[in-house]
Formats: sequence, C-alpha cells, structure tokens
Amino acid sequence: MIQFILLFSRQGKLRLQKWYTSQTEKSKKKITRELIATVLSRKPKMSSFLEWKDLKIVYKRYASLYFCCAIEQEDNELLTLETIHRYVELLDKYFGSVCELDIIFNFEKAYFIFDEFILGGEIQETSKKSVLKAINDQDVIQEEELEEKRSVLEDLGLA
Amino acid sequence: MPTMRGDAMRGLAVFISDIRNCKSREAELRRINKELTNIRQRFRADKTLDGYQKKKYVCKLLFIFLLGHDIDFGYMEAVNLLSSNKYTEKQIGYLFISVIMNSSTEMKQLIIQNIRNDLQSRNPIFINLALQCVANIGDREMAIAFTNDIPRLLISGDTLDAVKQSAALCLLRLHRTSPDSLQLNTEWTARIIHLLNDQHLGVATAAVSLIDALVKRSPDEYKGCINLAVSRLSRIVTSSYTDFQDYTYYFVPAPWLCVKLLRLLQNYPPPDDPSIRSRLNECLDTILNKAQEPLKSKKVQHSNARNAVLFEAINLIIHMDCESSLLVRACNQLGQFLQNRETNLRYLALESMCLLATSEFSHEAVKKHQETVINALKSERDVSVRQRAVDLLYAMCDRSNAQDIVQEMLTYLETADYTIREEMVLKIAILSEKYAIDYKWYLDIMLKLIRIAGDFVSEEVWYRVIQVVVNRNDVQSYAAKIAFEALQAPACHENMVKVAGYILGEYGNLIALDPRSTPMIQFDLLHSKYHLCSPTTRCLLLSTYMKFVNLFPEIKHHIQDILRHDSNYRSSDVEIQQRAIEYLKLSEICNPTVLATVLEIMPPYPEKQSPLLVRLKQKKPLIESENVNEPSSPSTTTAAHTEDGPKLAETAMHLNHHQQQQQQNGLLVSLDIPESNGHYEESTSNSFASLTKSSTSTVQSNKKFLFKNSDIIFENELIQIGIKGELMKSSMHIELYYGNKTNFNLINFSTNFFLSGDLESELRMNMEPIKTTIDSRAQIKQSGTIDCLKDFYDLPKMNITFYYNNIPQKIDYSFPLYLNKYLEKADMDSNNFFLRWRNLEKPNQECQKIFPAKFPMIYDDCRQKLEGFGWSSLTGIDVNSENFCGAGIIHTVSQQIGCLYRLEPNKQANMYRLTIRASKDGVAKRFAELLEDQF
Repeated sequence: MIQFILLFSRQGKLRLQKWYTSQTEKSKKKITRELIATVLSRKPKMSSFLEWKDLKIVYKRYASLYFCCAIEQEDNELLTLETIHRYVELLDKYFGSVCELDIIFNFEKAYFIFDEFILGGEIQETSKKSVLKAINDQDVIQEEELEEKRSVLEDLGLA
Repeated sequence: MPTMRGDAMRGLAVFISDIRNCKSREAELRRINKELTNIRQRFRADKTLDGYQKKKYVCKLLFIFLLGHDIDFGYMEAVNLLSSNKYTEKQIGYLFISVIMNSSTEMKQLIIQNIRNDLQSRNPIFINLALQCVANIGDREMAIAFTNDIPRLLISGDTLDAVKQSAALCLLRLHRTSPDSLQLNTEWTARIIHLLNDQHLGVATAAVSLIDALVKRSPDEYKGCINLAVSRLSRIVTSSYTDFQDYTYYFVPAPWLCVKLLRLLQNYPPPDDPSIRSRLNECLDTILNKAQEPLKSKKVQHSNARNAVLFEAINLIIHMDCESSLLVRACNQLGQFLQNRETNLRYLALESMCLLATSEFSHEAVKKHQETVINALKSERDVSVRQRAVDLLYAMCDRSNAQDIVQEMLTYLETADYTIREEMVLKIAILSEKYAIDYKWYLDIMLKLIRIAGDFVSEEVWYRVIQVVVNRNDVQSYAAKIAFEALQAPACHENMVKVAGYILGEYGNLIALDPRSTPMIQFDLLHSKYHLCSPTTRCLLLSTYMKFVNLFPEIKHHIQDILRHDSNYRSSDVEIQQRAIEYLKLSEICNPTVLATVLEIMPPYPEKQSPLLVRLKQKKPLIESENVNEPSSPSTTTAAHTEDGPKLAETAMHLNHHQQQQQQNGLLVSLDIPESNGHYEESTSNSFASLTKSSTSTVQSNKKFLFKNSDIIFENELIQIGIKGELMKSSMHIELYYGNKTNFNLINFSTNFFLSGDLESELRMNMEPIKTTIDSRAQIKQSGTIDCLKDFYDLPKMNITFYYNNIPQKIDYSFPLYLNKYLEKADMDSNNFFLRWRNLEKPNQECQKIFPAKFPMIYDDCRQKLEGFGWSSLTGIDVNSENFCGAGIIHTVSQQIGCLYRLEPNKQANMYRLTIRASKDGVAKRFAELLEDQF
C-alpha cells in the first residue's frame, strides 16, 4: 500500500502531498521535511529506492519536480516507479506538457486525478484513457455549470 | 487544452499569483493574512454568498493550508458545499474535507449524512465523489454507517464499473481502519471473489487489493480466490501484449494486475490441487522465460514494468519455497541483474537474493555470486546499494564461507559509510560468533572489530564478547593474552579498555606467570588508561582492581593506594567515590577466604538469544501512525536494552547474574527463548519449522488469572499474552500485553473479543484499537474496560489473527474473565458473619463441595489463594482455627451480591469441604465449581 506521495521542487518546496494513512499535521510536516532533505541530498546515479524508517521510498525526478512515494515492505519498487510515471503521463496529457506551474495553479485538478488513479493507497485504474475520460467528464460538467451561471447572470443583466 | 484549468475560479488564480510574487516570507504572510481576513468577513457577513463564491473561498483556504498554515474556520462552509447539487461545488467540498479534516470529529455526523445522501444518489458521479471521500478519510464511524451501502454497490449487478472500482478500495480503507466495525456478510464472499474474473480489468485491479486484505483476515473463507487468481494470471502472462489495449503498459500486459495477483497468491501455501499448481508453475516459468527475451522497447518503462512482474514472481517462488528448479532459475536471473548497468536492478537483485539465500534449495546457488557481491561492496557508488550488499553477505554466510565473508566485511568496515557502520559491526559480531569453529578466531575478530570501529561498537557487542569468554573456559587464557596485547597499543579505544579490564580482572592470573605480563605490569598498563576514561569505565576498572586484590595479594597495597587517592576516594562522581570507599574497606577488613568468596570468578551466563540480534532488529525505527498510542510499558524493548546497559559493568561484583537476567526482562513478558546448546539460531526458520504453515489454534483456558490480577494468559512459540486488571466497583480496567517472541514482525495483528449468548447482556466490553504490527521481540499494549452488568457464567471469546513470516495465524481463546474478578473483599466480625450466613440458607443460595486436596495442605497457601480470589480471609470467626471463613461483595452495575464462604481442611483424610453461600441464586454454585480443583 502506498502510504503517501509527495511532489516537491529541486529547491525543496512541497508542491503536492497526498496521504493515505492518518497522520497529524505535525508528523506530516516532520516526515516531509526529513524526506525532502534525504532525497535532495542523493546524487543522480544513485538508485531510485531507499529504506527509510520502516518504509521504502521510491522517487524519481521529472524536470524540476521530484515525485516521491512511500510504500510498505512488501510493495513492489519497480512498479511504484511506473505508478509515478503513469501519474506524470496523466498530468502531461491533461495539461499538455505539464510543468510545475500547472500543478501549483491547478492543485485541485492534480488531486482529482490522484483520486481517479489511486484510491486508498492502491491503484484503482491503470488505463490512461479511462482516467482521462473521467477527468474530462468532470471538466465538461464544470463548463456546463459555468455556462448556467453565466446565463443566469445574463438574464439578470449583470454580465 | 488550456493550461489554465482553474479559470473557472479566476479569483483563486489571482491569489496564487500574488503569493508567488511575494518577495519575502513576511510579504507572503501579510498577503495570506489579508486574504484570511477577507474570507472570514465574507463568510460571516454575507449570508447570500452563492455556491460559486463559497467554493472559491474554500479552495483558497485549502491552498493556504497546503502552504503550511493553520486553518481554523471555513469548515462549515465546506460541509455546506457537500449538499450543493452542483458537481464542482460538491467536489471542492469533498476535497477540502479529505485534505484538512482528517481526524476531526466536529461535524462528523453532518458529513456522514451528506455522504449517505450522495451514495444513494442516482447520479454515479455523485456516488463516486462520496466513495472517494470515504476512501480518503474513512474511519470507524463511517465503517459502521456504511457497512451495508458500500458492499451493496460493490456486488450489485447494475453498478457502473467505475463505481465498483471506487467501492472496492473504499471498503479496503474501512477494513484497514476498522476491521471489527465492518461486518461483511459471508454470503457476499463468493461474489467478491468473483470480481477477480470481472471482464473489466480496472475492476479486477481494484478488487484484488480488497481481496488481498480480506484474505489476510480470513484465509479459509476466501480460499476460492486461489483458483481464480491463477487462471486470471495465466490468461495475462500467456497473452500477447496487444490483447489488453489500454491496460498494456509499454508492451507489458496489465503489469499492475499481474503484480497484485502474484502478491495475493503469497498469502497462501502452494496450491494443493495439482492442476492449479502446475498451471501456476507454468505462469512463473513463462515470466522467467520472458525475462530472457530481447526487450521490445528501449524505454526504461518497458523494462521496469517487465521486471516488476518478474521480481514479484520471484517473491512468490521464494514464498512457495518448494520448486527447486524455479528457485535456481530465479537465482540465476538475479545473478544476471547483479551485473546490470541499472543501479535500480542491482539494488533489487541484491535485496531479493537475500531471501533466496534463506531457502535451502537456493542457498548454494546464491553462494556462487559471493565474489560479485563482495565487489559490489567495494565498488558501488550508492551507499544504499552497498547496504544491500552487506545484507546479502550476511544472509549467504554459512560455516563454509564465514571466514572469507567476515574478513571482507572487516576490511570494508574501515572505509564504510558512517551510517551503516554500527549495523555492520553487529553483523560481523553475530556471524563470527555463530560460525566460529575456533573461538580464538572469534576473539581475534572481535578485538580487531573494536580496534577498527571503536565508536560504532554498541554495548551489546562488547558485553557479548565477555559473555562468550566467561562461558568458555578453553579460551580464557588466550583472551587474557590478546586483551593484554591489545591494551599495549598506543591509542586504545575505551571499549577496548572495558573489555580488557573485565577480562584481566577475571582471568589476569592465567597470564601472570609470563614475565612480560606480571600482575604489576598488568595493573600499570590498565591504570595508565584510567585517567583517559569516562566515569563508567573507571567504575569498571575499580572493580577490576578489586578483583586483582584477590588474584594478586602481592599488589594489594598498591591498589589500596589508588583507592585511597583523593581523585577516587573523594571523587565528585558518586559511583566512583562509593566504589573506592567500599572496595577499600572490603580489602582492609576481610580475610583472604572471605575476599576470595566475595570476589569469586563470575559464573557462566545462562545461554539465551544473543542480545546482538535483538539490537540488529531495533535498528530501524518506525513511523508512528496518528491513532496509535505507543504503550509506555516499562518492558518495551528499547527500555529494556538501555536498562541493561551499565548493569553488566556495575554489577560485575555486586549482583549475581541471575538477578541481572531478571532485570533485563520485561514486567510481564519475558521474551527469552531458552536454547540448549551454546549457539544461537540466527534465523527462527529452523526452530519454528512447525509454524511455517498457517495455523489455527484453539486453546482451552486453564483458569489463568483466577487468583491473580496480572498473569500470562496465553503463550505459544510465537506470542505471549499478559494481562493486568484493576477493579473499580463494577468496572474493570484491563491491560493486555502482546509480546512477539519471534525474530519477525507480526503484521496485520488484530484482536477481537466476542460476547456470545447471555454474555451479551451480562458484560460490556470496550477495548481500544491496537497497533497492527508487533515488531520482532517487542510488545504492544491494549487497554480497555469490561463492565459487569449482571453476574455471568460463560467466558468471553478472544480471537487473535496475525501474520507470522507471511503465514496467517489464528488463535481462538477463552478469555479467562471469571465472575470473581468483580468480587471485592468485605471485613466483618463474627456476629455479623454468622447473622448473614444464617440469612442465606435457601437451597439455591448454598453450594457445598467435598473434594480431595490437589496440593500440599499448607495453611498460608490456602489463605493466599482465597485472598487472591477476591474475598477476605477472616480470622477468629470459626472455632476451628484451621478453617477459613470470609466474605466478599460482587459489584455489578445493577446490583451487589454478597458472598460468604467456609473452607474446612481435613488433613487426615487429605480432603476439603467448601461451603459457599451467596445472596443470588447460582453464584455460590459457580464459585464452588471454580474453586473445587484449586486446593
């Protein structure tokens, strides 16, 4: 089971966090701080895996962002690496060549994509098409609701 | 597609830009505070705030929270969004709750109500939002609230696939957080298992995770999944990658599903059914074959996905541990990876090989790679890979290669990373002891170890050296000789001084005839280090000096001078001062015979598991989960090991070793495994051969806990359960201690208590949730209360499940809670006693038993038992002073029940007559039954 996923920049700024077990805010901050420092101190040629407390950490850097996943002892490291990659692909496809700014400005979308892809720390849907369809459906609804709002305002002569 | 997906909420985007444009942390804080004030005012003043505005502000709050600031308002507005009929508003409401309101209990009921509404909605996208929320923050209350709704969604024929997927993982979350509250109807079992066959690969992928968890809980109930998992797996691995469309990942068919299926099968022993078994073996064979095929793509994703499946298949092969051909093939495959240019593969190959090394089928095959592994130790640039190499060398070590491996590890130690030195020291110490053919070799290695890695030698390591020397008289003179030589080195580590000090104090006489190491030379050499050492070491040396007084009377005056010296006799360190004074007095007033007795050579230590192994296991700290209260019991392992620290040095003369051993043990639970020979099993796999199968044990309670308020109520080879109870009228506070006796962590640990039949209305049990993992040789605590509503006769049932070394274990046990636990003693005089006695003479109020004595008829023993049972033992009431009389009151919530007894021993006949009277029917009989075979 994935325990948590952190996205952070090369400068150590946390960009996204997703926790699959309950932790206090205090311990979340502590874990985040320690882990970011540990991962950033590693050199490029090193393995993508490390042992950390009783967990295994799997991380990979994409451009300026580190994607870091904490899994349990019995979990599969290589597959976790590909879980990260699939998430990156989803972001990339959705935002069209994703960059750090997309995730900052659209953090809520990044969360929605997580929930379609991974739930309760386990992979829910591995098909890129299915996940993207679910997210795009949401966007369609969003557009419709926005239209509705505009037309109401127009009716009132406010737009 | 537009990059600004958030333009639906322009205000949010503007705010985020503002924050990013802040030049300093102060500016950022100002901007945030301004925004918070604004939002607060909006929420407070503007009652007409529409859903869109609310959504926007809630989203801003979320952003501020994610920047690391506390948010203490806006929760109500977020919860309001849940009841919006607009999808996007609902969605933001759920997001806010999932991210921020993790464990808050405020508004829980309101949230649950909203979730319920959405679950019952006809709109699948609403249902999914609700399910995702539960999967993110589900807890006990939600498990209770949705115990029917969610399983129904999962198995119903007309649920959409996407909803099924969410429902499966939502149930998984509830199952993990609150297994007792989630009651899955056994009629659903078959339908849940059949999700493995679902046409939709996404549904199957989500469902396997749920099934995996359910299997861990009740392996027998879900046994049917083996067949389905094997056939599904077989269909995937034998298919072409084009068959699965979007579920093919870089030419690898459904890798996530494959890995999950392979994991699921690791919950069970190899399939019994020969056809299923051969089909599974074919799958594993195919996966191994595919690893030899040329890559279909140069992309790392392709090889990663392919190898992810391969490694999981190897894990399953190791788990089944029965097909030697598969094991050897797996080993060869990993051997190839050891030379791969991908660091990740080398890392994982080393890791998996560690497991292969423990199988008798592949141990030899692993040993072939010894040289490569040693090379990895020397040449890998990544410390975590070198760490894996150390682990593997440790695992592949046996008597045949121990000398080489230990030597290589020692060489590497000199340049090893600081972070892994202590662990390496432990491993070297363990291996050299375990595989020592010649204990002189062992001692050479150990002294070399202390010399090379002084600071990284934990106390356990040098204690152990001393224990070995004390227990083996054939090496004592050699030990004295090399310890003496080691001390002569110009820069000598303090740990070396300790070891040498202790050994010379015990066995210095064995080398004293050598003119190069006469008593005086030994003493001078030791004392030359004295002033460089810490107080603890000085204390130890003072003991050594005192031992010298006995061994070498000729230098007694010299030593007395040292003891008398101000720096000792008036030392500011209390311990040094006390020792100096006491030792001096001892040397002055005792005659040689007394002295010889007091300062006698240390007796052998009882053989028990090497403390080094315990230490090695403790090396990895755990992340504590929020809802776990770490038990602060005095017998947690860390406490035990710091506690035994200075003791060995300090108590060398004062205490005998038995006392010391006892102090090392926990309060209730002693985790020692006595072993007959002088060696220590490194792996429990041999000694626990019988336990490598999943087992269910049902144990009859044997009236434990009847006379005591703390007791060991259960014990087998794996765990030990201790109990402590404290009575407050009708309410008993209990603490259960679960101790893991093995070298493995016990995982998925869960306990359940059942009150069946009448007990349901007679007792009320409330047990706290418990940690799900017990670390090796550690113990965890569970507290709770049991209220007695009415007098009761049956015992509660206790059911414990956990995984030992991946094998499910189940223990059914009658929880030894007898009615007498609620008995409080009552004092009264003779008049009062007989008055009450006579008032209780109806037939059902009295019970009399005459029974032969089972134990020697000793007055004090009987009295102790009766008082331990809970009632008083009153003297001077019965005319016959040999007889026992007493009284007690049973407190239940509804009433109090008075009980009186009289126990008359007849020593000539070796019989007892027990008469009990109680104010409530049946109670006297129950007590008499409990007691009749106890005297």
